[in-house]
Formats: sequence, structure tokens, C-alpha cells
Amino acid sequence: MGFFKQLLRNKLALMGGIVVVILFAVSFLAPIISPYNPDTINVKEILMPPSRQHPFGTDELGRDVLSRMIWGSRISLKVGFVAVGIAVIIGVIIGAAAGYYGGWIDDLLMRFVDMMLCFPSFFLILAVIAILEPSIYNIMAVIGLTGWMGVARLVRAEFLRIREMDYVKAARSIGASDLRIVFRHILPNALNPVIVAATLGVAGAILTESALSFLGIGVQPPTPSWGNMLTAGKNNMEIAWWLSVFPGLAILVTVLGYNLLGEGLRDILDPRLKER
Amino acid sequence: MDGNRAKLHTMIAYLSKRLVGMIPLLLGITLISFMVIHLAPGEPTGLATDLNPKITAEVRQRLRAYYGLDKPLIVQYGLWLKRVVFLNFGNSFAPDGRPVIDKIKERIPITVTINVLSLILIILVSLPIGIYSATHKGSLFDHASTLFVFIGFAVPTFWLALLCMMLFGVHLHWLPISGLRSMSYPHLSAMGKFWDLTKHLLLPVLISAFGGLAGFSRYMRSNMLEVIRQDYITTARAKGLSEWRVIYVHAFRNALLPIITILGFSIPGLIGGSVIFETIFAIPGMGQLFYNGVMARDYPLIMGMLVIGAVLTLLGNLIADISYALADPRIRVS
Repeated sequence: MGFFKQLLRNKLALMGGIVVVILFAVSFLAPIISPYNPDTINVKEILMPPSRQHPFGTDELGRDVLSRMIWGSRISLKVGFVAVGIAVIIGVIIGAAAGYYGGWIDDLLMRFVDMMLCFPSFFLILAVIAILEPSIYNIMAVIGLTGWMGVARLVRAEFLRIREMDYVKAARSIGASDLRIVFRHILPNALNPVIVAATLGVAGAILTESALSFLGIGVQPPTPSWGNMLTAGKNNMEIAWWLSVFPGLAILVTVLGYNLLGEGLRDILDPRLKER
Repeated sequence: MDGNRAKLHTMIAYLSKRLVGMIPLLLGITLISFMVIHLAPGEPTGLATDLNPKITAEVRQRLRAYYGLDKPLIVQYGLWLKRVVFLNFGNSFAPDGRPVIDKIKERIPITVTINVLSLILIILVSLPIGIYSATHKGSLFDHASTLFVFIGFAVPTFWLALLCMMLFGVHLHWLPISGLRSMSYPHLSAMGKFWDLTKHLLLPVLISAFGGLAGFSRYMRSNMLEVIRQDYITTARAKGLSEWRVIYVHAFRNALLPIITILGFSIPGLIGGSVIFETIFAIPGMGQLFYNGVMARDYPLIMGMLVIGAVLTLLGNLIADISYALADPRIRVS
């Protein structure tokens, strides 16, 4: 059965996929579909509850919450993909080296993975952000640099399994170089669990970014991100529920979408891991 | 009697092997932490501290002296490590200028208490959910708990905290939304004090447990599904044991084992998560201390927290391993 046919059959994955596609559409079309300029301050309409003009209300500077959420989706998309991209690249390189060469290289690299896993990742991220400046680029880099260990372990396990296969031995016997064996012959067959982990990783990266931005050490205002919009929600908790409810729902739906898609992809791409 | 002594011996051998294995990990942790502080452009006393009005020339001088910044990097690491072994992380940049380790020590009990309480809650709630879903696979309850698991994974903890504060604190006035104690705490009776603390801890513990609930119940469910397919369960059934006995005595014990390992793995997440909910609920624990340190760029404090956080994780993993060895007789042989 074709990949897309299977995806269409798996209802949860399909739902996740639809959410993700909608998110992409919203962030690409932000300039067209956003009803207001997200940065326009309007002192006459401060903290207005949801109404026909402002479906999700306005914030403490009179800016339209819906428009800021639409533009904020771009931040989530960027952070999610760049951070996971970094994590996947590092994880694949380290996992492939460990799994392919084995021996002391494997030992050394896996001990390094163990060490990295000892750090509460939120602590590590905060420490680095405190030393560098909080900005969207640093956040993407730090989330990526602290999130590659799972991918490395997955890739290593796949490499350990595949390198013993006959076709790999055949490739080696006809004199293929290590690089060629790793990238042409083994890696393409080891990618399925990585794709699943990356999809779930996007969800994790979005959650981390929003938490950092909420704490004021992530994406800095006035750039709208769902996390820093919730900071305004907390500051106006007593009077403006809409500032807290809608951006949080956006995070929830987005993360749920990526998780469902990831779980669905796992069922399709990695039948061995399929849940009984 | 002899059997017990042999067991004790293997246990001690196992423990010492684990402890020795921790040493390279500890060294690696300090090395990574040391590199983090040197990520700063120039040196730790450079750009960032120059721009920070909280860091006076005198403090900068102290920092230079503490890190020995005029020496080669490897010597600096050696000097720093020598201090860290004795838990000397230097003095905080904060106006009080107290030793970092003292500041951390007084915060650890609060964070550990909250995390232990939420772990207990997670186990008490998620294990029954997992078992019931596994033994009633495909039932309405199973579907509902699957839905709950997916939502649990996706809800940002800080948002949940925010919503709960709005609902129970601001609108219903049922629970306090910040701190550990009320203003009137010193004047309360013992019972009143206990009740006051409970009310303050209720939301933080519930919310820090929420994320874990989803993961653990999912995990327990798949463990249980794996175990009840095994031959020994079929044997137990064939012997004519009651279904209750099969599930809760034979299957449960075996499905529980992997949970212990996962408990160990979840410790860094819990410690890291404490930054978020302690900041939101203004609870004076490690997380809040760390957050304040980050905001004030209190480097000695940040470094101390980083090392202590990793060491706590390592200890947690060790405890999990030991419990595993105690619970599973097969481990001790290998």
C-alpha cells in the first residue's frame, strides 16, 4: 500500500497532518489573512474582550490578538524546524559514527550522550541563554544543540543492525568507501525512525520555545510569539481571560497536531514499533 | 542465611561498580558546564558583564580571580574542578554575595519535596489507568485514556498553570496562587499550618504531575500489554488462578519493572520543569533561584545550579538502578 494511502487510512495521523498543513498555510499567508497589522498600537481599544471586530480581543496595547497569533505561528514554525534540523544533523552524524565504527569510538560517543542526558535540558538551555542573548536565533540553536541525543541513539541502533546485513558486506567487498557505505547504503535505510523522532521533536521544540518566551527569555516583544503573548495573559489574569486562553489553545492544537502526525508516521514507517 | 549474605555481596559489588562508573560521567558533566560558561563572547567577565549594571568592577575582579582567567584554559578547568569537588562554587553576584552552595542548599528541600509528591501522585494515578486500559483494550475507557494521553502530552504546563490560577485563584478564590505560606502562617495552629501549606502546594503539585501522568499511563499500558502475552501468564491462567490474581500479582510485578527505569529518566525533566512552575507560582525552590540567577546573569549561581542539577539527575538514576536491582533478581547475576 502506498504511503499516502496509508496516511489517509490512519485517522489520527490524518488529523495531525491536516493541522500541520493548516499551520503552514496560516504562517505563509499571514500578510494576507491577518485582519490587522500585528504591531499597530491602538490606545483607544486596550484590553477589549472578543467582539466582531476583534474575534480574540485586543491586548494591553490595543493590538489585535488574532493577528498577533497568526504572525506568531511563523515563530513556532521557524523554531520547530530549525531546532529539529540542527538536532537531526548532529544526531545523525554522531549516531552514524558510533554505530558504523563501533569499538572505542562508539563507547566515547555514547558516554558523551549519557553526559548530555544528565543535564536537565531546561537548565542547560537557560544557562546558555543567560550567557548569550535571548533571541530567536540563539533559542533555535540551543534547543537543537541540547536535543540531538535521542536521534543519535536511534541512528546508532539502526546502524548496528544494518551494518551486519549482507548487502552492506557486499558493498564493502567491492571496495566502496566508508562514506559511500554510510550515506548511500545504510543511512537511507535508517531514516524512518529519524523522521518519526523529528516530527515529535518539532512538537517538543515548539513547547520549549513557548515556555522560554513565556518566561521572558525567549522571543522578545514586540515580535509576537504564542509564548510571550501568554506573558501578557498572566499580567492581566484578573481582567482579560482571552489573552491567556487563545494563544495557549494555539500551542495545544499545534503540538497535538505534530504528535498525532508523528505517531501515525511511526505506525506507517516503522511497523516493528507499532503498538499492539 | 548464606544465600542472604551472597545476595548482599553481589549487591555491594554491583553498587561499587555503579559508583565507579559515575566518576567519568561526573567529570564530563563538570567539563560541559565549564564549557558553557566559556561560551560567552570573549571571557565571562567580558561583554555581558560589562553591560550589566549589577556587576561592579569589584565583582568582576573577584570573578577573574575565582576562574583564574589569566591562566590557560585547561589550568582554569583544573582549578575550578578542584573547588567544585568541595562544592565551592564561589559567591553569588547578588547584593547579598553569599556562597552559591548555601543558597542552593536551602532551596533543594522544597523542590525535591514537590517533585517527590508529584511523582507519588503520578504513580498512584497512572498505574491503575494503564492497567485498566491494557486489560480492557479497545473499551471506551481505553479510548478516553488514549485521548487524555495525547492531550496531556500537548498541553503546555505553564498554560495549564495559568488557567488553573485564573479559575481557582482569581475567579473562585478557592486556592492561593503564589508562594508557600499565607501572611498569617506564623499565627496558625499546627493543623492550620498544615492546611495552609497543603492549599499552597496543591496546584503546583497537580500541575507538575500532569505531564508525567500521560507518559506513565501510556507506558504502563504498553508494558502490561506486553506482559499479558507472555507464556507464564497463560500458565497462571491455566493453573486456574483468578483473573484478579493473574493481573495484579503475576502480571503487575513484571510490568512494573520498566517503570522504575523510566522514573529515573524522568528526573531531569522534573527538575527542569521546576523552573517553570516555581516561577509561575512564586515558590522559593531551586527552579525559581535558577530563574532569578539567569535574569540577573549571576554566573557563579548558574554554574552551581547546572552542576548540582546534573548531579541530582545522576543520583536519581542511581537510585532507580538500585531499586531495579532490588526488585528484579535477574539483574544481580549479570
